Amino acid sequence: MALPLKAEHASETEDFESTAKIVKFVVVKKREEQDHAPREDLLSFEALMLPHLDAAHNLAKWLLRNDEDAQDVVQEAYLRAFKSFGGFRGSNGRAWLLTIVRNTSYTLLKKNRVVDLTTPFDEEIHVSGHESASPATILEHGEVAELISEAMDELPAEFREILVLRHQEGLSYKEIADIAQIPPGTVMSRLARARAKLREYLGARIGKEK
Amino acid sequence: MNCQEATKLMDGYLDGELDPITSQTIEQHLRECPNCDQAYKTHGSLIRAVGNATPYYKASAELRERIQSSLREKIVERPMRNVAQDAQPLFRRRQPAPQTLVFGIPWNWLGLAAAIILAAIIGWNLLPRLQRPGADQFLATQLIASHVRSLMANHLTDVASSDQHTVKPWLDAKLDFAPPVVDLAGEGFPLVGGRLDYLDNRTVAALVYQRRKHFINLFVWPVTSEANSMPKAISRQGYHLFHWVKADFNYWAVSDVNEDDLQTFRHLLEEQVAPH
Repeated sequence: MALPLKAEHASETEDFESTAKIVKFVVVKKREEQDHAPREDLLSFEALMLPHLDAAHNLAKWLLRNDEDAQDVVQEAYLRAFKSFGGFRGSNGRAWLLTIVRNTSYTLLKKNRVVDLTTPFDEEIHVSGHESASPATILEHGEVAELISEAMDELPAEFREILVLRHQEGLSYKEIADIAQIPPGTVMSRLARARAKLREYLGARIGKEK
Repeated sequence: MNCQEATKLMDGYLDGELDPITSQTIEQHLRECPNCDQAYKTHGSLIRAVGNATPYYKASAELRERIQSSLREKIVERPMRNVAQDAQPLFRRRQPAPQTLVFGIPWNWLGLAAAIILAAIIGWNLLPRLQRPGADQFLATQLIASHVRSLMANHLTDVASSDQHTVKPWLDAKLDFAPPVVDLAGEGFPLVGGRLDYLDNRTVAALVYQRRKHFINLFVWPVTSEANSMPKAISRQGYHLFHWVKADFNYWAVSDVNEDDLQTFRHLLEEQVAPH
């Protein structure tokens, strides 16, 4: 699902330089950066990227649903981001960093063979026979906040991801499309499906409790 | 818009991501359809609840420190790798470097090709500049444009008179110089009138003469520098332009009459305009 990582490409390029040494322009430039301003690089990287540490951690936590994994992924993502920082030309540091966090998270999810990336899940909701509660009922429910988080936790990763990006980060469809690497036209329909799923879950839960 | 379409676009509408026209269409539909309006309101409150209800997992201070120290390790590590590179055995350096190929062409050839292409591009862009037509050509373009415009826009003359004693005072009053005005009706170039025009960054006098069915615009303004005192003849786009300087005035005659006629016109003027 996840496309090749920008950061991974960057590391390939670097290995390639060190063995071949032929890409003269690049090598010279890299050297200058390394010899003269590694520290300045790091400082400007930190100044631009550390403010988004919470966003990075929040996304990773929602995707991986595990504290330790989330922390490891965020650290790894920051290292990758620093490596390819030279290629960062944009003005949207948060979206750029979140793309790397997202890709790193998916790499780990795949490695752990977590299969909930896109799979439609939990058929039991549909066959359980419980009447779905109406949205009005859902919202009247006292512990709605808790329920929503629980329900969201059970959604597949691509839905969790899009809900986090939209509702917690308040990103535009365009930014979401860039981060999730989907066509901009898909963002709205995926969000709609994610929200419908969320509603379905909530309805089923509240129905069960009653 | 029907309910199905409205439902499909509801999320985009709630997120404020639709174009204004589609948004308006949806608003229209919501006003007309109570069912969709109800769905819109509940869906909207659910969406707001998602934003408010879900926990936001902030990073711990510990994670921040961990990341910062691992970044610092990276920059210490980097120069060391350079040292290792430089310490490669000598024989390896003397060997021809392994050629990295792009489409089977070695890099250094690509570099040469790039240099040649670059030189070609620079040359291509510079040459026309070196040969750039001078101010005369630019002025000629302006003159032709003025001439064509005067015929096109029904604004051939500001003062329509074949009487030079009407045209001249009119022009004198409008300009800060007094252009010589002569009528050449006897020679087949009747004066039609005069006009103000703007050329070469100044207001100039335009005298209009007729030759059979054709018009000649004669632009006159005082000489400001010696640079352009040489007589010139330019032909472009079927128009002929003659330039001469006489008695401290620049003259530019522009017309689509044949070159001989324009030449004659010029000689007549030169003869008849009395020197100071």
